[in-house]
Amino acid sequence: MPVCGPKLSLCGLIISTWGIIQLALMGIFYYIGAVALAEDIPEVEFHGNLDQFYTSVDKGFQQNAYNCWIAALLYLITLAVSAHQFWANNRSSLSV
Amino acid sequence: MGSMFRSEEMVLTQLFIQPEAAYYSISELGETGCVQFRDLNVDVNAFQRKFVNEVRRCDEMERKLRYIEVEVKKDNVNIPDVSELPKAPNPREIIDLEAHLEKTEGEIKELSESAVNLKSNFLELTELRHVLEKTQSFFNEQDEANGLNDSVHKSLIPAEDHNVSIRGRLGFVAGVINRERLPAFERMLWRISRGNVFLRQAEIEKPLEDPTTGNEHYKTVFAAFFQGEQLKTRIKKVCAGFHASLYPCPNTINERNDMLKGVRTRLEDLNLVLNQTRDHRQRVLVSVAKELQNWSIMVSKMKAIYHTLNFFNMDVTKKCLIGECWVPCNDIHIVQKALGDGSNACGSSIPSFMNVITTAEEPPTFNRTNKFTRGFQNLIDSYGVASYREANPALYTIITFPFLFAVMFGDCGHAVIMLAFGLWLVLAEKKIGAQKNKSEIFSIFFSGRYIILLMGIFSLYTGFLYNDIFSKSMNIFQTSWYVNSSSLDLSLEEIDLTPKDNYMGTPYFIGIDPAWQPAKNKIIFLNSFKMKLSIILGVVHMIFGVCVSTFNFVHFRKISSIILEFLPQILLLIFLFLYMVIMMFMKWIMYSGEYDGWDLAVVNKHGTSCAPSVLIYFINMMLMGESEPNAGCDTYMYEGQKTVQMVLVFGALICIPTMLLGKPLYIKYTRGKKPAGVTKNKSNGDVNQGMELEEVSENNHEAPTHGKSHEEEEPLSEIFIHQAIHTIEYTLSTISHTASYLRLWALSLAHAQLSEVLWSMLFSKIALKMGGNLGIVFVFLIFSVWATFTVAILVLMEGLSAFLHTLRLHWVEFMSKFYAGVGYAFQPFSFKNILEDEESSE
Repeated sequence: MPVCGPKLSLCGLIISTWGIIQLALMGIFYYIGAVALAEDIPEVEFHGNLDQFYTSVDKGFQQNAYNCWIAALLYLITLAVSAHQFWANNRSSLSV
Repeated sequence: MGSMFRSEEMVLTQLFIQPEAAYYSISELGETGCVQFRDLNVDVNAFQRKFVNEVRRCDEMERKLRYIEVEVKKDNVNIPDVSELPKAPNPREIIDLEAHLEKTEGEIKELSESAVNLKSNFLELTELRHVLEKTQSFFNEQDEANGLNDSVHKSLIPAEDHNVSIRGRLGFVAGVINRERLPAFERMLWRISRGNVFLRQAEIEKPLEDPTTGNEHYKTVFAAFFQGEQLKTRIKKVCAGFHASLYPCPNTINERNDMLKGVRTRLEDLNLVLNQTRDHRQRVLVSVAKELQNWSIMVSKMKAIYHTLNFFNMDVTKKCLIGECWVPCNDIHIVQKALGDGSNACGSSIPSFMNVITTAEEPPTFNRTNKFTRGFQNLIDSYGVASYREANPALYTIITFPFLFAVMFGDCGHAVIMLAFGLWLVLAEKKIGAQKNKSEIFSIFFSGRYIILLMGIFSLYTGFLYNDIFSKSMNIFQTSWYVNSSSLDLSLEEIDLTPKDNYMGTPYFIGIDPAWQPAKNKIIFLNSFKMKLSIILGVVHMIFGVCVSTFNFVHFRKISSIILEFLPQILLLIFLFLYMVIMMFMKWIMYSGEYDGWDLAVVNKHGTSCAPSVLIYFINMMLMGESEPNAGCDTYMYEGQKTVQMVLVFGALICIPTMLLGKPLYIKYTRGKKPAGVTKNKSNGDVNQGMELEEVSENNHEAPTHGKSHEEEEPLSEIFIHQAIHTIEYTLSTISHTASYLRLWALSLAHAQLSEVLWSMLFSKIALKMGGNLGIVFVFLIFSVWATFTVAILVLMEGLSAFLHTLRLHWVEFMSKFYAGVGYAFQPFSFKNILEDEESSE
């Protein structure tokens, strides 16, 4: 049964698709440690020890990569929900 | 030359049509839609024209159709769309159609009248039924008050005993009243009877339908008890005043029950009849609805034909209709074929024919467009329709418009969104085009779908050059900057990367080096780069605009204007502004970090510290001044720069008086050479036309030729003033328009900064820097917020502002160089347009 209207479900479809694509890609870039995203990881303090600094930065990259991928999976769920809603809306509007 | 380059050649033609064939011919012409008729009876009153009666008949038919449509819509009958548009009916069919419409209208009218009658009957009966049912309880209560609280008891004892004795003097009136009137009604009754009326009421739960309007009203049953005849008449008057309907209600229970039974059976019968009428009406309406669209199209076509025929002149012998129309040269054979078809259709033996006539009047501007070019042509036409045969800027706009837009909108991410939207509009255009009741904004987007698509593609390209994707850079071709471990000082927050030490020597393959993204001086670098870029693009765009003016001069055979107007204009631009552009390139090429070093002779010539400011050079060049260079640096970029600049400035200065005086003096010179006599030549040429032509054309063309000759005789003083204004405008505009192109830089900067701020302050700061498992939720939620803002602000709002600025750059900065835009659009007589207009006005 349709819970959201046709516009909301369409909006959900679009944002979910966009989210899946972009967050999956961002996850990959985090995973390979893209420099462009270096400013977008949890803050790391530099205490004079270069090795320690590198490991904590790498940890931040890893962490964000997984976060992005999981968020992408969450969007997969919203995609499924809004797709179902969209389908339900279409069906109900046809049957009337 | 392609038709996009300039508007099509038009000719004024005269049509000679047999009166019998006229209707068919015009109908054929309307289907082809390639002629624009001129009204030859401008001074004739609309009611005195030849085909007034026919137009009136069409109006009457339209009225009937409207009535039928309203009735059909009232009953929620679906009106199916016609797949194939019907042709205009021939005169014989018209009569059939008229009769059919008359019949249908009468039938529907009769049906609805009888339905109203039946319904009001039905309403009365239902009200009566309610009165009888509801008052039952009142009387019961009253009976109880009289001591008859036992129903068994009641039936046993004869009714007359009590009723006559107790109620004998107590009369009552029962009826139905609108619920909202009840309080006032009650108060009124109380007032007139000084409280001696006893009013009982009961609400009717279901709303009752008004038979004429179909509105639903809530009503209440009332019964007023009183004593005495006088009071009765008064109460009846009040009831009439409040539009309450009174119903006779028998006194005794048995009578009431009998009556109720009777009413119920009558109601049932009536219901049956009502249902049958409704079914019949439905059947009639459904059958009408199938044809309705067809009929209304046919009637509008017919009306359009008679309207057009009203533009025609009658020949003296009344054997021939004469009309004048503008036709594109390329379509003459289509018109001839249509005329032939028209006379064939009515079986007349005398063919209609057309005659091309010469005229001094300015023909309408007609640019043949397809679905791709229409959007761009509309952009130009909304500024002003091109003069006849003027160079059409729409052709160049197809590329320059999306490109200049993209310079301001350069970001791959946003471009992909726009591209996807444009692509969807283009790919689904058939489906969307067939859709009706689109919102206004959406139909604007839809009509500009190819512009949006191109803007998306070009923005993708510039975004790639700017190396921006949602304000992040991509390192695809390996950055040319590197960090020396020797120069790395870990104690510092930031380090300097100098071109000498940290630059590989070969630039990044294409676009901006991604190394700039984390740099602190990114904005400073990009500003100087984009500013120069926008000036370069602007100067090229303007020079191109000035060059386009030569197309006009050559086409209109104003060779003198090429030398006296185009040449000084373009030289002014080249001497001052193209030179500035050249200096920019020289600065980019000559000065480099690679030359920084210990060799002072090289550093002073090509080192970064000695790179001059092009703007200061330009200002000094205009003011003939000189400014102090940095310590040890050369004042000029190359040998003899000062002399070159002097020559350029003087050259530019000479251009101005040439523009100012050249054309007026030339006109004065040529006028002195050949005295008047041009106009005489023209009228001689007219005599060569056919005899019949002369008679008609004389009337119509006298006024325009007068206007033309008047224009030629414009006094010299006015020419001088016009030229002075034009010169001042152009000279000042070279500076202001060049500066105006800086908006390319300003908007590009604003766009890049806004998208960076949105990313770093929203997505990055709240979600991405969060880390931990909580970060997942924030990434999930904030992404949606960020995406919404990206679409709303960066794509929609910024896109709109970039669009408007691009529009301005084209209208003002580009088109002012060559475009007059004082023509009028070609509006062909076409059924398609007429029907579309009708649809949109609905």
